[in-house]
Amino acid sequence: MVSELTVAERERAMGITGLLALCGMIMAIGGSNDPLGVHGFIVLLFAVAMLFVVASGYFAPEPPESRLQSYYDSPTKAGIVIAMVWAVFGMFIGDWVAWLLAYPELTFDAAWASFGRLRPVHTTGVIFAFGGNALIATSFHVMQRTSRARMPDQFSPWFVLMGYNLFCILAISGYFIGITQSKEYAEPEWYADVWLVIVWVTYFILYIRTLMRRKEPHIYVANWYYLAFILVVAILHIVNGLAVPVSFLSAKSYSLFSGVQDAMTQWWYGHNAVAFFLTAGFLGMLYYYLPKRAERPIYSYRMSIVGFWGITFFYMWAGSHHLHFTALPQWVQTLGMTFSLTLLVPSWIAAANALLTLNGAWDKVRDDATLRFMMIAAVFYGLSTFEGSFMAIRAVNSLSHYTDWTVGHVHAGALGWVAMIIFGAFYATVPSLWKRKRMYSPALVEVHFWLALAGTLVYVFAMWNSGIIQGLMWRTYTESGTLAYSFTDTLVAMHPYYIARAVGGLLFLLGAIVGCYNIWMTIRHDAEAPRATGQETPLPAAPAPSLQPAE
Amino acid sequence: MIFDHHTLVGFAKSVGLFYLIGLSLAALAYALWPSNRERFDRAAKAILEDSEDTPCL
Repeated sequence: MVSELTVAERERAMGITGLLALCGMIMAIGGSNDPLGVHGFIVLLFAVAMLFVVASGYFAPEPPESRLQSYYDSPTKAGIVIAMVWAVFGMFIGDWVAWLLAYPELTFDAAWASFGRLRPVHTTGVIFAFGGNALIATSFHVMQRTSRARMPDQFSPWFVLMGYNLFCILAISGYFIGITQSKEYAEPEWYADVWLVIVWVTYFILYIRTLMRRKEPHIYVANWYYLAFILVVAILHIVNGLAVPVSFLSAKSYSLFSGVQDAMTQWWYGHNAVAFFLTAGFLGMLYYYLPKRAERPIYSYRMSIVGFWGITFFYMWAGSHHLHFTALPQWVQTLGMTFSLTLLVPSWIAAANALLTLNGAWDKVRDDATLRFMMIAAVFYGLSTFEGSFMAIRAVNSLSHYTDWTVGHVHAGALGWVAMIIFGAFYATVPSLWKRKRMYSPALVEVHFWLALAGTLVYVFAMWNSGIIQGLMWRTYTESGTLAYSFTDTLVAMHPYYIARAVGGLLFLLGAIVGCYNIWMTIRHDAEAPRATGQETPLPAAPAPSLQPAE
Repeated sequence: MIFDHHTLVGFAKSVGLFYLIGLSLAALAYALWPSNRERFDRAAKAILEDSEDTPCL
């Protein structure tokens, strides 16, 4: 890995990790009476580990000039492996809290094991750690291919990938020890937020620099979606994260906003996190890997452009549907509802575009589980965007809000759309990245597909049933005008669905573990003759015929 | 001038409306402009032709 960096880049890497270690030390010493101190030690450890890795390869010879004739894929490879590890971690915690909801007595009776702390560990673990690493890894892959240009340097992609994972570690370890900003999907405290801004701006600049080197006159539409994801997430993160720390040596901070403004800013952020983190970036993935795998150009390139502008400009206004029946002015709620409804148009443009691309290649969908992952992703994308628009209608929301229906909706999107498209993209990319003819076991890709689909269906149907029952029980009155059911009655009614949900989640987790094993064996296993040459350096674990003498 | 709630609402409801209409028209015009057809067709096909391993130099 380090031998791929030029000597100047190795020095830059050591300088930056050294600086990071210094920051960690200041946090650890200055914040020794505060949870910040724990994070100081984590930053210090992380930086020293990175420094050690770079230093151990410092005296390796300069990488050969011939590297410039190939794409730089090592960060993509590392990103895929890291994303799969996070997937298993995040889904394991998710299934744990699912069982905890069904059987609350299954707790360790310790603060770190409480639902309130495990739940953000799950959401951050799957959305940001698994999804984010998958987005970073595939965006590096796609931007180089569609630009027909190598990334401008070897250091910044590693900085982005490793820096982002440091953010994930800080976020998740923070929840366990009780550090939270109490903003949903934006829980990390101010110092982690500042670090993410640095990483994210580097990511944006790296993307632009690669595009500027492109040999293609037109920027392929997948890049538009990836860029919208990077740019808008930066804006959302900065605005919603505006906060004043109690002191620079304390983990605690207070938001710049208060009251209903705080709520509106939070849900402007929250819903656009769904829009730009969980949608735009993954549409970029869909628009590259699906046509590539199906070996058919996208059905309508024009529709993809219209859909792009629709999604980027409509989503911005939809967040207030999270605040129906609150102190938010009625017209803002109506605005959010209206834009959520219009969003159905660009969302279905993308879903239809994907499915129409497959029209004429259904035999491939039947035979190839990888393409089937992408097809199911498009179907669930269409389903969950329809459901989302529907649930944003105030009258529907009065039934669905605060119930498990919302949880079911989110997981239709997260499991059925986001995770499926990631697995499809990974299975499509892994063999070519590691110069293998195919995945280690196509049968295990099949197994993963059916486990994932079964898990998603069980989960989503359980939550639909549970949510609607719950919503109806909450609004059932007796003849004398009192509530017909107590809160405990609703818990009893939901219990069987909670067990079903945990089983569905378990199936999905098992699928992800099978996927990990298959990807790992593809990397390790060299039974098939390695594919044609290439100047790229594979990871040390995977010997390839074209190794340079120095490596 | 003081930007109170009503001023902002008025601004959002008037300028906001025409801004979004204008934006939709611009996006549609760009996507459907006849001379762009060739470029888009090329872009859609180009990703299928690219080599997985080496950038074009």
